[in-house]
Amino acid sequence: MLEIDRLSFGFPARTVGRDVSFSLTAGEVMCVLGPNGGGKTTLFRTLLGLLPAHGGEVRLDGRRLDQLGRADVARRIGYVPQAHAGYFAFTVRQMVLMGRTAHLDAFAAPARRDHAIAERVLDSLGIGHLTDKVFTEISGGERQLALIARALAQEPALLVMDEPTASLDFGNQVRVLERIRALAQHGIAVLFATHDPDHAFLCAQRALLLAEGRMLETGSPAEVIRPDTLERMYHVSVRVMPAGEGLHTCLPVLTPS
Amino acid sequence: MRTARVPIYLLAAAVLAALTVLAFSLGRYPVSADELARLVFAKLAGTATGLSPNVESVVLEIRGPRILAALLVGASLAAAGTAYQGMFRNPLVSPDILGVSTGAALGAVLAIFLSLNVFMIQALAFAGGMGAVALVYWIGSRLRGHDPLLSLVLTGVVIGTLIGAGISLIKYLADPYDQLPAITFWLLGSLATVAPHDLEVAAPLALMGLAPMLLLRWRVNLLALPDDEARALGVDTRRLRVVVVTAATLVTAASVAISGIIGWIGLLVPHAARLIVGPDFGRLLPLAMLIGAAFLLVVDTLCRTIAPMEVPPGVLTALIGTPFFLWLFAVSRRSW
Repeated sequence: MLEIDRLSFGFPARTVGRDVSFSLTAGEVMCVLGPNGGGKTTLFRTLLGLLPAHGGEVRLDGRRLDQLGRADVARRIGYVPQAHAGYFAFTVRQMVLMGRTAHLDAFAAPARRDHAIAERVLDSLGIGHLTDKVFTEISGGERQLALIARALAQEPALLVMDEPTASLDFGNQVRVLERIRALAQHGIAVLFATHDPDHAFLCAQRALLLAEGRMLETGSPAEVIRPDTLERMYHVSVRVMPAGEGLHTCLPVLTPS
Repeated sequence: MRTARVPIYLLAAAVLAALTVLAFSLGRYPVSADELARLVFAKLAGTATGLSPNVESVVLEIRGPRILAALLVGASLAAAGTAYQGMFRNPLVSPDILGVSTGAALGAVLAIFLSLNVFMIQALAFAGGMGAVALVYWIGSRLRGHDPLLSLVLTGVVIGTLIGAGISLIKYLADPYDQLPAITFWLLGSLATVAPHDLEVAAPLALMGLAPMLLLRWRVNLLALPDDEARALGVDTRRLRVVVVTAATLVTAASVAISGIIGWIGLLVPHAARLIVGPDFGRLLPLAMLIGAAFLLVVDTLCRTIAPMEVPPGVLTALIGTPFFLWLFAVSRRSW
């Protein structure tokens, strides 16, 4: 569904990364790991068509991304940004309804059907009780879930999430990871960035390590998340240990100063 | 909240209609509701009114155009302010943020200085407003590498200051006995001299600007989101922003051409409407237009009735606006 072929990406005046290739099919979860400034967000913005590719190609359902209109892309990819406070006191319902934009005519307002979809995705994320709360007044974790709901209201085949667990407490992080896994079981492909390698172990089938704009390695989390790759990316020592049931976990080793 | 929607608009429209009838009945030649109804009915049916020519001319030539102008200008400034506040994600923005008003003022002041006729004053005011915003937009979109909205606002502020200097220069050069009072009068804003032909030109222009805003009113909500998010949701934000800026500028320039600069409405009324229906532009815009129309109608009616001489509406809107705004600031929560 999503194919990325030797993609170079960056800002108009500066190329941030090059030679990134991977593909993603329905129901697959891929986790992008990498240090701050490694190009994760820029990569995501490029494959959403928000920044033009500097080279290579992004294909969506077999069609080149730059030949698709904004609404065409929005009907295929849902984007979940990092939670922010927002400017105006929109209700959660109004925020989620904005996810319906790509399905509406320019002059149209959301109809009964769109309200039904908004309510359904809010219920499916277990935040139906927030529907008529004000977005600027709910907690950070609730906002993140509401933004996921908005992306789901787009009815996308692929969900791109930029650090969906950043700034969330432990419980909310786990809840978001559970949602990611559940969405994949419903056939949605998920691409998400995180700073915690354990999140890749917990819910991704594949991991992509991105440092200084290059693909370090890509493969199953158990294959590519190793002490040596983590050390190369983050310049710290890490132990990767089995955590039972085929899972692994990472623990940094503090060097005495 | 969704169920409360229709009654609020009906209520606002009913209040507006009542205020309009009341406005006709106040002033030197009061026109009763009955006379007004007979006149409107007779004009629509094409029959004789049977009213005194005095009443007829008050309604058709003087008070009618003035009241219509108050409704139109009030609704227009409120609509433009609502659009700009949403689009710039900033509640302190008013319709002149991109220099419409100062540009229009420069045009009008120049026309007065050159002793041009009333039509040319309006035409230059309109052209000045549109031209100033076009210039700001052109420069702002060339400043790359910054947040596009921030570039636009900062360019607007800077160009506005420059235009202000131009206005000051013309005032300095103007004839102090003849031209300067006319310039000052125009800069203060007034509906006192509105004639039917003013509306014939400006009203279609204002409506041309209001139509796209009303049609796109739900979609404009997305401009309140960060740019990337709105685009990821399927909106071509650049194009939508050009449409909204153009529409709001057209509406404001047409208003300024009719009435001169009347401050506060575009800043104040969107807040009042937002307190009632929340920030959803789809609901906010119609209500802001109704409130804006009613507000300027009340202000203008007071202007022509409370004192033996005309009071400039800008003075009254400031007197009402300042305490309202401070109150709003004191009671409002973090978000708008």
